[in-house]
Amino acid sequence: MDNATVLNRLRDTFGAVVSAPDERHGDLKVCIEASRLPEVGRWLRDEADLQYTLLENLCGVDYLGRLPRFEVVYHLFSFQNAHRLCLKVGVPEEHPVVPSVTSVWPTANWHERETYDMFGIVFEGHPSLERILMPEEWAGHPLRKDVPLGYEEVAFTFNEDRIYAHKPFAKE
Amino acid sequence: MTTLSIPSPRDIIGPAERGETENMVLNMGPHHPSTHGVLRLVVELDGETVVDVAPDIGFLHTGIEKTMESKTYQKALVMTDRMDYLAPLSNNLSYVLAVEKLLECEIPVRAQTARVLLTELTRIGSHLVWLGTHALDLAAMSVFLYAFREREQILDIFELVSGARMMTSYFRVGGLAYDLPADFIPTVKQFIDTFEPRVDEYEDLLTNNPLWLERTVDVGKISTADAIAFGLTGPALRATGIAYDLRKMTPYTGYETYDFDVPIGQNGDIYDRYLVRIAEMRQSLGIVRQAYDRLIEMGPGPYQTADRKVAPPPKSEITHSMESLIHHFKLWTEGFKPPRGDAYICIESPRGMMGTYVVSDGGPRPYRVHFRAPSFVNLQALPHMARGRFMADLVALIASLDPVLGEVDR
Repeated sequence: MDNATVLNRLRDTFGAVVSAPDERHGDLKVCIEASRLPEVGRWLRDEADLQYTLLENLCGVDYLGRLPRFEVVYHLFSFQNAHRLCLKVGVPEEHPVVPSVTSVWPTANWHERETYDMFGIVFEGHPSLERILMPEEWAGHPLRKDVPLGYEEVAFTFNEDRIYAHKPFAKE
Repeated sequence: MTTLSIPSPRDIIGPAERGETENMVLNMGPHHPSTHGVLRLVVELDGETVVDVAPDIGFLHTGIEKTMESKTYQKALVMTDRMDYLAPLSNNLSYVLAVEKLLECEIPVRAQTARVLLTELTRIGSHLVWLGTHALDLAAMSVFLYAFREREQILDIFELVSGARMMTSYFRVGGLAYDLPADFIPTVKQFIDTFEPRVDEYEDLLTNNPLWLERTVDVGKISTADAIAFGLTGPALRATGIAYDLRKMTPYTGYETYDFDVPIGQNGDIYDRYLVRIAEMRQSLGIVRQAYDRLIEMGPGPYQTADRKVAPPPKSEITHSMESLIHHFKLWTEGFKPPRGDAYICIESPRGMMGTYVVSDGGPRPYRVHFRAPSFVNLQALPHMARGRFMADLVALIASLDPVLGEVDR
């Protein structure tokens, strides 16, 4: 199975939902309309000659200053064809919502929680979208580009009120 | 497919707090010797039987992906050692290959051969730690001592080539950090000559041991389809009876030129995972032998790419070539700048598919790095396998998945 065949199959079935194919470094990457993602995913998983049964990787990227600001990247792997396909979905900053693919690939569960944790992208339909790596009380999403590399300020009596105001869990 | 749920700790603690369950909720970890690091499990127990279990992770989160964004490509490499600290060279390889894919640079065959040799030694070393701790968890103390004796030999080889036993950072973008030392060949020879009978020793202790069989056979079974749905890869997937190995399917670093088999199991239980890993050690040793022979045949040669925009020129050139001096200076002050774009590569680490996704904005620092950590993904399959089993089986299950928490939390 080569890149061109997969791309043609995708285009024949979904038409304009698939855009901006890129074959640099020999890997096929395509952009997908966010709303159609679970449908495309299910088709890619179940189609007899494609069988992208493994969602290998799912991650977010923050392209601050570009529109749309976020991108969610899905790497699918087909064991049958030993072929990898990369799907990309643009996510706008003002409404960062993407349909969840946990119903297609259960492994997306933790990947989506991590992406939510790190970028604040909401995956609609996820069974329990909670933080996974950061503490529950954490404010903000650390992998966003507008979050600076910070440091932990030490709490003394003169500044503890200010520090505890944005870190309520530190007191415990 | 819908039954393959992965509970979060809240799903278990919530009902218990409201008194909605007769069952006991037990908190296991984060500091528990058999969780192999700081893994917390919230277990719902009906007597001795596990009703449900929810892994709670993140205790070791150090923001490796964020930190790498503020370092140059070459300096960010050291962060990769600290993820899967039992297989640092596999992590190095995954990251280095992804950046090399962005740069489209060619690596000399000698460096590639050394990479294969050392990653396979890493695989053996990592499997030895798994074997020792797995047996320890199931109350077989002596295997641990034997396994760590051989691991010591492997760590000595790493120390020889890189100066560090664990955080090696030996693979660099463009090749290796330094040339292989003169002692390298005899030290590897000594390991190759002694290791094979040692694997037999481990097998004598465990493979037909009735206590071991009692604890592992038919425990924690998973089907191939479920394993793939959960993203379970590596030895645990191959134990379900399918030969899915990236070294064969999408070869990298010249693995297609080596002769080796992909060991598989039949039942997908803990015992099969044990057999697969033991067989993998033997196969890895075979690959080490082949790479060793090739290195001897090749003799001395380049260990870094000739592309001066990526790898520094040799010291001898710097003293008489202005151009080389400039290259050296630029590389150490600014770093190289891969073209704009993104690249993804996935390799077969001891634990499964280890992926690296790198995005470049054309600058000297990676715009975004993401790791598909096999331990992180494999851990998701734990609740599915543990439900309905005894509490003691849960301990065996964690060990059989061989998670490294540094990699889970990154």
